[in-house]
Amino acid sequence: MKTALTALLSHWRRHPVQLATLLVGLSLATALWSAVQAINSEARTSYARAAATLGQDQLSTLLRKDGSRFDQKIYVALRRAGWLVSPVLEGDKRFGEHRLRVFGIDPLTTPPQAQAVNIAASGALLEFISPPGVFYVSPETATKLAGQATPPLRAIDGIPSGVVITDIGQAQVLLGAPGQISRLLLWPEQPQRRAALSDIAPDLIERAPDETGDLARLTDSFHLNLTAFGFLAFAVGLFIVHSAVGLAFEQRRPMFRTLRALGVPARSLMGVVCLELLTFAVLAGMVGVALGYAIAAMLLPDVAATLRGLYGASVPGAIVVRPETWALGMAIAVFGTLISAAQGLFGVWRLPLLASAQPRAWAQASRQTIIWQLVAAAALLAAAAIIARYGSGLMAGFALLAALLLGAAMALPALLLAGLSAGGALSKSAIAQWFWADARQQLPGLSLALTAMLLALAANIGVGTMVSSFRQTFVGWIEQRLASELYIATRDDTEASAVRTWLASRSDAVLPIWNVDGEVEGMRTAIFGIADHATYRDKWPMLTASPNVWQVVASGDGALINEQLSRRKTLNVGDTITLPGGYKTRIAGVYSDYGNPNAQVIIGVDKLTELFPDVSRLRYAIRVSPEKAQDLAANLRSTFGIPEQNIIDQTTAKELSLQTFERTFKVTGALNVLTLAVAALAMFASLLTLAGMRLPQVAPVWAMGVTRRRLAVMELWRSFVLAILTAIAALPLGLGLAWILLAIVNVEAFGWRLPMYYFPAEWLRLAVLSILATALAAALPAWWLSRLAPSELLRVFANER
Amino acid sequence: MSVKTLLFCLSLALSTPVHAQGFAGLGTSAEGFTMPVPGRRFSFPADHGAHNDFRIEWWYVTANLQAVDGTRYGIQWTLFRSALATDGATGWASPQMWMGHAAITTSDGHHVAERFARGGIGQAGVTAAPFEAWIDAWRMKSRAAANADALSALDLSAAGADFAFDLKLDSDRPLVAHGDGGYSLKSEKGQASYYYSQPFYRVTGELTLPGGPVTVTGQAWLDREWSSQPLAADQVGWDWFSMHFDGGEKLMGFRLRDGGAGFTSGTWISADGVAEPLKRGAIAVTPLRNAVVAQRSLPIRWRVEVPGKGVDVTIQALNENAWMATAFPYWEGPISFDGTKPGRGYLEMTGYMPTADR
Repeated sequence: MKTALTALLSHWRRHPVQLATLLVGLSLATALWSAVQAINSEARTSYARAAATLGQDQLSTLLRKDGSRFDQKIYVALRRAGWLVSPVLEGDKRFGEHRLRVFGIDPLTTPPQAQAVNIAASGALLEFISPPGVFYVSPETATKLAGQATPPLRAIDGIPSGVVITDIGQAQVLLGAPGQISRLLLWPEQPQRRAALSDIAPDLIERAPDETGDLARLTDSFHLNLTAFGFLAFAVGLFIVHSAVGLAFEQRRPMFRTLRALGVPARSLMGVVCLELLTFAVLAGMVGVALGYAIAAMLLPDVAATLRGLYGASVPGAIVVRPETWALGMAIAVFGTLISAAQGLFGVWRLPLLASAQPRAWAQASRQTIIWQLVAAAALLAAAAIIARYGSGLMAGFALLAALLLGAAMALPALLLAGLSAGGALSKSAIAQWFWADARQQLPGLSLALTAMLLALAANIGVGTMVSSFRQTFVGWIEQRLASELYIATRDDTEASAVRTWLASRSDAVLPIWNVDGEVEGMRTAIFGIADHATYRDKWPMLTASPNVWQVVASGDGALINEQLSRRKTLNVGDTITLPGGYKTRIAGVYSDYGNPNAQVIIGVDKLTELFPDVSRLRYAIRVSPEKAQDLAANLRSTFGIPEQNIIDQTTAKELSLQTFERTFKVTGALNVLTLAVAALAMFASLLTLAGMRLPQVAPVWAMGVTRRRLAVMELWRSFVLAILTAIAALPLGLGLAWILLAIVNVEAFGWRLPMYYFPAEWLRLAVLSILATALAAALPAWWLSRLAPSELLRVFANER
Repeated sequence: MSVKTLLFCLSLALSTPVHAQGFAGLGTSAEGFTMPVPGRRFSFPADHGAHNDFRIEWWYVTANLQAVDGTRYGIQWTLFRSALATDGATGWASPQMWMGHAAITTSDGHHVAERFARGGIGQAGVTAAPFEAWIDAWRMKSRAAANADALSALDLSAAGADFAFDLKLDSDRPLVAHGDGGYSLKSEKGQASYYYSQPFYRVTGELTLPGGPVTVTGQAWLDREWSSQPLAADQVGWDWFSMHFDGGEKLMGFRLRDGGAGFTSGTWISADGVAEPLKRGAIAVTPLRNAVVAQRSLPIRWRVEVPGKGVDVTIQALNENAWMATAFPYWEGPISFDGTKPGRGYLEMTGYMPTADR
C-alpha cells in the first residue's frame, strides 16, 4: 500500500510543472469562487444587521401609511391607552462627507429585541439623554467620523455600518424634527385592556416584522450577478484541473497496470488514488480560499462603494474571515477535483489487468460524440430562444444565459471542426494537409480548454458591452439630469428662506428640490415637487410623455414617474396612481432614472406643498450663467456660513456620479480579467497535456524529415488558428450575452433598460489579448518540442508506451 | 442582566456596584440634590405631587383584598420617580425617570408588570391638583371632594399581560406622618426621608385574573416617601411591614440591614389615626424561618413584637413566592399574622443577594 502510494507520488516528482498546473488551477478556481462568496456573505451580513437594527426583523411596527413622521403626542397617547410601544425617529444626517442613518431611540421603552446598544454598559443614561448626547456607532463608522463635529462616539460591534444610534431627544434636534417620530416599535407582549388603535391613532397602521429588509431584496440581483460570475470562473478553473488530472492518469497507466499486476487490488488502488487527489484538493483548496480572501479584500471597497452608490446600502470595507466561507471553499475544491477526475478514476477502476497498455488519447472523442454535442447544443439554443420569447423574471434571465452559454460551449467543437476541415480543403501541400488534419486530431483534447476560452471571452465581450453601453447612456443622461449650475442644501427653514430671498436677484432661477417619502403602488417611493421651468422642459430625460407634459404637471393635473416604477408596476402614460394620503393622479410621462433602485414620482411643486404641507423645503437647484457659478457658490458660503459640502456645482456633481459609476463596474472588470487569466491557464494545461501525448503523432512526421523547429512553429500556428476561430465564435455569443444583460437582467435587477451600443475596438483588443494568451500558453510546449532529444522521438518507434 | 436593570442601577447608583451602595443605589451620595431636614411641615396638596429636586420618590399602594367566597388577594401599585440630575431640563432631556410596578398576589400565583418612562413628555408623572399619578395606562387619580384631602378618595388601576385591576380607595381618616412630623430617620448617620401614609383605605373593585374577573373588597395602605439619600452606605436592604390589626390599629415597621444589628424603626397608629413614633428598641422583628425564593434565602416567617402596645405576632405570607422579578428584584406580598393582635398586611424585603453571589 505504502509502496503503491510512493510509486504514485513519484510521478509528480518527475512532473513538477504538471503538479503546479493542477494545484494552481484548483487554487485559482477556488479562489475566485471564494472571493465572490466572501464578498457576498460580507454584504449579506451587513444587510441582515441593517434589517435587524432596532429589532425590525422581529418586531412589528406602527407607522403612518405614507411613512411620514408624526407627533410624539400620539406615542404618549398610545402609551397612556395601554400600548407598549417605543418611539423611533429615523433620518439621514451628513457629517463632513459621511452620510449617516440616524436612529433616535428611547432606551427606557425599547423592547429587548431592539436593544443593539447596551447603553448602561458603557456609560450613564444621563450622558445619553442630555445634550449633546452620545452616538453609538460601529467601530468602522467611529473611525470615519473621527474629527467630525459629532457628540461623543461610542464604538459598539453589531451596529450596522453607517448607522448612528442616539437618544430620540438628540435625534429630534439633529434631524430638525422637534416633537416628531418616525414609527413605533411594538412590544411582542401587550397588556390587557388596550384601547383600539383606531380610537387612539387612526392614522397609524401595524406593519409585520420585516425579516429580510429592503436592502437584501434590492441587492439580491446584484449578488446573483456576482455569484454567477464566481461560478463561471470556477467552472473555467475546473477545465484546468480536468486536463491536468487527465494527463496524470494517462501517463501513469503503465504504472497502474504494473501495480495491479503486482497484486494491488483495484479497490486499494482506487483508494490510494482518491487519497492522493483529496490531499491535492485540500492543499489547493486552502491556498485557494486564502487567495480568495485576498481578492475579496481587494475588491470589497469597490463593491461597498457600488452598493452604497446604487442601493444606499452601507457595507463595511473590511472583510471578516468566516468559517463557513472556508468550509464552503474547501468543499467546492474537493467536489471540483472529484468531478474533474471522475473520468480518470473510472479508467483506473476499469483498467484491464492483462491487456497490454495501448497508447490512446485519453480524451479521444469520436465523430459521434461531436454529433451528439451538436444535438444537445441545438436543443439548448432552442430552449434559450423559447425562454427569451416567453420567459420573464430574473431567474428566466439567468436560465437564458445558462442555456445560451452551455449551448454555445457544446456547439464549439463542431464549429471548430468545420473550420479546420475548411482549412484542410483549401490547402494543397502535404505538410499543410497534415497541419489541418493534425489540428482536427487534437481538437478533442483541446476542446475543453477552448470552451473555457470561449466562455471567458464571451463573458468579457458581453459584460464589457453592457458596461460600456451603460456608461455611454449614463454620461448622456447625467448631462440632462444635472442641468442646474449649483445645488444647495440649506440647514433649516430660516436659512432656506433667507437664501431664496438673497438669490432672487443674483440668479436666473431657484428651483426647489423638495420631496417626501411614502408608498406608491406598494413601493417605497420618493415624491418630488418640480417647478415649471425651462430647465426641466428642455432637458429632463423623458422616455415617453403626453403632449404638454410640463404644463399638465405644473398645473397639478398629472405626475411623472421614473422608469423603475413604470416597469415594475407596468404603469404607463395615461394610467392612474394613488399618492400617499389617497390623492389620485394621472401619469403624464415616464423618465429614465439610472442609478436609483427606488421608485420616484414627480408632481408640481404647488401640488406637493398642498398635499404634504410639512415637506422639508431645504434643497434647491440654482440656475445661473456657468461662469458666475463658482463666485456665487463662494458668496453663498461666506454670506450664510453654509458648509462646503452643502453647495455643490454641476461639474463636481457630474464627476461624483461618474466616479460612483466607474467604481460600480470595477468589480466586474476585475472578475473579467481574472476569468480570462484562468482560461489562458486552462489552455496552457491542455496544450501541455497534449504535448506529452502526441509524440506518436509527431515522431513519424519528424522521421519523414520535418525539423523539430518547423514542427514547433506549426504547433504555435495551430494554437493561433484555434484561438482565432474561438474568438470569432465568442463574438456573437458575447453580444448575445450583452443583449440578455441589457434587455432582461438589468431590467429585472435595476428596473431600467438601456440601449445597446457596439464597441468593435474593444472586441479587437480582447481577441488579440486572448490570441496572445493562447500563443503564450503554446510557447512552452512548442519550445519543448523544438528541444526534444531525437532519442525521445526515436523511442516512439522502439517501444510500446 | 437586562439593559434596563443596568440602566436603572446606573441612573441611581451612577456606575458604582449595587451591592456596595445599598439596594437600588439608594445609598449613593446626593450631590446637588435637596436633602430632607427635620422640622419641615408637609404642605398639601403640593406635597402629593413630585419633588423634582429630590433624587428619589415614590407613591406606593398595597392592598389586602378578599372575594365574596373568602379567597384572599394582595395588590401592589407603585410609581417611582428617580432624578438623574438636578437640572430642570424639559422634554426628552428631562433627567426625571419614572418606573412603575404593579402586581396581584394570590395564594398560588404572583402576577407582575413593570413600566419605564421618561419625564418631560407626558408619558408618566404626578400632578398635585387635581391629583393624578400615572405611568402609561396605570393610574391613581383623586375623586375626592373639593374640601377633602386629595388622597382620601382614589381610583386605582393597572394592567399587565395576564392581570388587571380597577379599585376604589376611600378613607375618612387623616394622613399619618412618620418619624418626627414626617421626617423619618433611616440610619444612625442621619440618612432620612420625608414619609407620610394613608393607611385607612377601604377598598372595593375588581381584579382581572387568568381565571376571569373577581369582585373584591378589603383595605389598602398608601405610602408617600421622598429623599435624596435614604440609605447609609453600609445599609444593604430593608424589611418593611405594614400591618392592619383586626382592632383597627395600624403599625408601620422597618428594619434596615447593615453589617451589624441594623436600624429598626416604626410608627404606631391608633384606630382613629393618631400616629406615635416608636422609640428605639420599642419594636423587634425576628426572622423565624427562611425559604429559597428566586435563588435567595429569604426570611419568610417573622415574629413582630411591640411590647409597649401588646403586640406579639407571627407573620406568614399568603404566597411565599411573591417575588417581584423586575429590574430591581425584591419580595413584596400580602401577609397575615396571628398572636396577641391578629390581622393582615404587607411585607417588603429588599437587598437580598442570590445565594451564589454571597
